[in-house]
Amino acid sequence: MNRAPPWDAGALLDQSPHSATAGPPGRSRALSPRREAPALVAITDVTKTYRMGDFDVHALRGVTLRIEEGEFVAIMGASGSGKSTLMNILGCLDRPSTGEYLLDGAEVSSLGADALAETRSQTLGFVFQSFNLLARTTALENVELPLVYTGMRPAERRRRAREALERVGLGDRLHHHPSQLSGGQQQRVAIARALVNRPHLILADEPTGNLDSHASLEMMALLQALGDEGITIVLVTHEPDIAAHARRVIVVRDGLIEEDRQTEAPRQAGRSAVAPARTAAP
Amino acid sequence: MRAGDVVRVAGRALLRNKLRSFLTALGIIIGVAAVIAMVAIGEGARARVEQAFASMGTNVLIVSSGAKTASGAKAGAGTLPTLTWDDLRAIKADVADVKFVAPRVHTTGQVVAEDRNWLTVIDGTTPEFFEIRNWSMRLGPGLTPEQADAGAKVVVLGQTVAERLFGAHSDPTGQIVRIQNVPFQVVGVAERKGQSAGGGDYDDVVFVPVNTFLAKIQGGLQKFIPGTIMIEVDSDDLTTAIGDKVAALLRDRHAIAIGGEDDFAIKNLTETASRKEESTQALTMLLASIAAVSLLVGGIGIMNIMLVSVTERTREIGVRMAVGAKRRHILLQFLAEALALSLAGGLLGVSLGLLAAERLAVRFGWPMLIRPEVIALAVGFSAAVGIGFGLYPARKASRLDPILALRYE
Repeated sequence: MNRAPPWDAGALLDQSPHSATAGPPGRSRALSPRREAPALVAITDVTKTYRMGDFDVHALRGVTLRIEEGEFVAIMGASGSGKSTLMNILGCLDRPSTGEYLLDGAEVSSLGADALAETRSQTLGFVFQSFNLLARTTALENVELPLVYTGMRPAERRRRAREALERVGLGDRLHHHPSQLSGGQQQRVAIARALVNRPHLILADEPTGNLDSHASLEMMALLQALGDEGITIVLVTHEPDIAAHARRVIVVRDGLIEEDRQTEAPRQAGRSAVAPARTAAP
Repeated sequence: MRAGDVVRVAGRALLRNKLRSFLTALGIIIGVAAVIAMVAIGEGARARVEQAFASMGTNVLIVSSGAKTASGAKAGAGTLPTLTWDDLRAIKADVADVKFVAPRVHTTGQVVAEDRNWLTVIDGTTPEFFEIRNWSMRLGPGLTPEQADAGAKVVVLGQTVAERLFGAHSDPTGQIVRIQNVPFQVVGVAERKGQSAGGGDYDDVVFVPVNTFLAKIQGGLQKFIPGTIMIEVDSDDLTTAIGDKVAALLRDRHAIAIGGEDDFAIKNLTETASRKEESTQALTMLLASIAAVSLLVGGIGIMNIMLVSVTERTREIGVRMAVGAKRRHILLQFLAEALALSLAGGLLGVSLGLLAAERLAVRFGWPMLIRPEVIALAVGFSAAVGIGFGLYPARKASRLDPILALRYE
């Protein structure tokens, strides 16, 4: 099952992965024969068991989930439901104990630490509840960080980082340190950082958890705008108000998917807070 | 990840905690400075010993007479005259690769000039002696072979004696000094030799022809030399072999049976010098290894701080991993920090060590000797310390679980 990722870095950097026409090359080659249609995320019978002291914790008990390209999915659940574990597995930060995970058509459930890092670098973008920006480092350099590990030339890196910050409406805050930015602005820097490597999938773990309601709305508006551009977004939250902005809501409970529903009319957070998105897109 | 990025990230992390970085590097700074200074001290001492032995003459063998036995107690070498003038001539004639041979007899006595006098060593010898000791004249022609053979009443003054009798800046050549009431004409003042290895003054001496010495100052048995024979051989590596040859010749001439005890002694100055050098070298090694221990302690300091740094920056590591840093990227980053700390410390330590070495050299009045390989070694060693002690923390950082690292408070 240890297949090499079908895409190569050069191809990815040169094309927008979320454009409708340009699917990742090699998708069909890596496609599992059991699948009738390609999905960006396809996890099958995934379980995750932790050893905690003397007993096992079954964080996931057999989750099967498909997420198509361009979807905006909210994963909900109480704390301890297994939603964070699911998020970590989706984000290639963790490996399932059993089961299969095809990301972008490639099996990633059995990759080693470095191969997972490579997958994160090429395919995924993260947004965290606590922003996780590097302190005493400018917004621009924070956004550049994912590109540093791809070996990109500094000038090109800088250009792309500036572009990403302009896209989230922070074109005038390039050289501010996180401590000089509001929570909402910091989280937008984090989103720019998630966008900068042109990922196939953005994973946002409670992105509004540390924000006030106004900043939360702005954040959701930004994510919705990115979703409208065709970027696949998976959002983890425990707040129904936030989940209501997604087109699909998955509820996790006791390590199983309890509910998986489409929202007919997702709540719109409004576009006022967002910079002109389309024009700044690469 | 580009090399420039590694350097930039490491540099920034260190500059963020300037005081801490400096204190961490201080261990290495002191260690390297100590190594440099200690080796310089050792080298300086060695150079002093070398100088002292070089002024005694290199490639020199000293043959002395046997020891007198008085009621069971053996007196020292030279107390029983066994060396003869014929022995000296035989060495000169029969042993190959011998450059110069000179007799040396000596006593102490009062040397009197017009209004001053001075108690000094009176040496009786031949002009070859000055060749063996690499001793040239500062003033005057010195002893000639003719004067030596004829037993002329001429004297060469050592610098100290010349100063005592005639003042520091005078030229006493042509003057008359009296030794045991015999007038001698000064024919030269020898160049200053300085201090001997034992702390004595080489220049507190006068030289007269050996024949004159025996006739006028201290008589001896006609046949025997009441002193020593000095031999200079052609090259350094021959001294031991020539020493053996001279010994064989003398045993033969003195008709000593196989297994019998020598009635003479041969001192090999080259051997003595190299033994002395070995001991100073051992001292250098000892000092350097003590200093190296402090380098090691400095390395442990680096390891300690790097471990603290890894713990402090666990979240940063988690973030870097989440956005695509591989294990080796993290490893490299922390190694680069440790290396930068130790290298900066090493370079600062070199400057400090050179400064200390210079001051010490001035203080002790010996030459400042710093071999470039010592500097290279110290810097290389500090870099190795950085990598060696940085490896464990860096490895620890690179093995962090990104999930746990991101959650770390």
